Amino acid sequence: MTTVQTATGLEQTMVLNMGPQHPSTHGVLRVLLELDGEIIVKADVDIGYLHTGIEKTAEALTYSQAITITDRMDYLAPLSNNLAYCLAVEKLLDLEVPKRAQYIRVLLTELTRIGSHLVWLGTHAIDLGAMSVFLYCFREREELLKIFELVSGQRMMTSYFRIGGLALDPPVGWTDHVQKIVQTFPSRFDEYEELLTRNRIWLGRTQGVGVLTAEDAIALGVSGPSLRGSGVDYDVRKYFPYSRYDEFDFQVPVRTEGDCYARYLCRVAEMRESLRIVRQALEKIPPDGPVKADAPGIVPPQREKMKTEMEALIYHFKIFTEGFAPPPGEVYQRIESPRGELGCFLASDGSPKPYRMRIRAPSFVNLQALQKMIEGRLVADAIACIGTLDIVLGEIDR
Amino acid sequence: MTETPDLEQNPIIAKIRGWRPVAVAGLISFRGELTVVVYPEHLRPLTEFLKSDPDLAFTYLSDVTGVDRFPIEPRFELNYHLLSLSRRETIRLSVRLPGENPVIDSVVPVWPTANWHEREIFDLFGIRFEGHPNLRRMMMPDDWEGYPLRKDYPVEGPR
Repeated sequence: MTTVQTATGLEQTMVLNMGPQHPSTHGVLRVLLELDGEIIVKADVDIGYLHTGIEKTAEALTYSQAITITDRMDYLAPLSNNLAYCLAVEKLLDLEVPKRAQYIRVLLTELTRIGSHLVWLGTHAIDLGAMSVFLYCFREREELLKIFELVSGQRMMTSYFRIGGLALDPPVGWTDHVQKIVQTFPSRFDEYEELLTRNRIWLGRTQGVGVLTAEDAIALGVSGPSLRGSGVDYDVRKYFPYSRYDEFDFQVPVRTEGDCYARYLCRVAEMRESLRIVRQALEKIPPDGPVKADAPGIVPPQREKMKTEMEALIYHFKIFTEGFAPPPGEVYQRIESPRGELGCFLASDGSPKPYRMRIRAPSFVNLQALQKMIEGRLVADAIACIGTLDIVLGEIDR
Repeated sequence: MTETPDLEQNPIIAKIRGWRPVAVAGLISFRGELTVVVYPEHLRPLTEFLKSDPDLAFTYLSDVTGVDRFPIEPRFELNYHLLSLSRRETIRLSVRLPGENPVIDSVVPVWPTANWHEREIFDLFGIRFEGHPNLRRMMMPDDWEGYPLRKDYPVEGPR
């Protein structure tokens, strides 16, 4: 306990432990708050409660097997994680993915972005008292999870993107379901905005709260909507386009105020932009074509071929027992996940298992900004700030 | 991207060589990514130069990664992924540190974001960062012994 000089004389501070079990920390996060009354004098963020050694585990799995553990890091946007990892491995292999697979990847990644932002909005709103928004957001998210289940068999941990393309061809008629989403969601987003955007309580809780200047945000390595709310327009999809994102027409919402309200507006606008991308992707996807690259030693052959052709059987056997070995070297692939710059660093030594897989998790870096945002503010603002950063402990701790 | 461009013609490399040629231990171009291998004692001054020079302006540090190359010496490799927002360009700096007492100057004064990256590397590899304001474990419990991401640490954990 330290003593603080206040207007009324010397006072003592109190250390309040927030978490790791707490409904508003969005996971197992512990924040030690040193309080002077209700003002936070000092905040210390403690993580590591969800550390499962994913990076170490990946060194013991082959490149294809490691896709399944990448899902589990940012568990609200599993397809984003798959994409980052698959693109990194494809970069290492210098493997070209067919167009159809790339457009489907873009479509599903944007749906994932909407799904992740819906969870963010629902939980952020319920933390600040707007309880109905939570249920509405999850109602919409159900439609998205149904799509993921339709294409991959899994609602969340899909592992649908594979090295060289997709795991399977999506079922016939899946685009009708996506079309329905594209038609119904805009009015639903309008509903959320109606509940929150000009709501006096919402404005009071988020405007001017957790201000992050552009210089601080860049210095702290913040990325994603948390950075764009402070006026910096860095979006990996525009700066370093991947998977044919440069063929899509979309905008990146940027605001300058740098407070929680600005980040809220950025993310809601991003959801609408994602719908625009999905609409364009639906038109761009060729009606037929391969969804896996033609690389016999890397991409497993079709099952019918495997059952009748000897070479296919041998390739299948070698891929699933031994794995394929990329050339030695290091690559770093960045993508724009719903939380910011998700980077996958792979070091290969020429063996079938990744020598080092490192995931640069956007929430891990963004969380460093929390200390700056809440010191000097009220305890209630800490809740708003944790929510506005949109953190997922799975990717912070790995 | 399998062609090898003439790296000496690259303007960033030319600027670094013009600034301090002895700092560069090697250059790698792989899959369109440029890596500058730097001697550890020159890393911190080089980062200050790369950030402050207006033609380079690498103001954003994306990531600091550690790799354990056991049993090859020097054992540890640190990779710094830099990004210039104004020029939309990226570069990687790579240093190698010996396995016996690996220490390097912290880059937290240059990019505050390195704070948690360096803490994580200290926690999982055991590399010390001189001048780091708060070098203590973060993922593993505070009293943990051993450095899990090292290659001689078993995947299943100590038994």
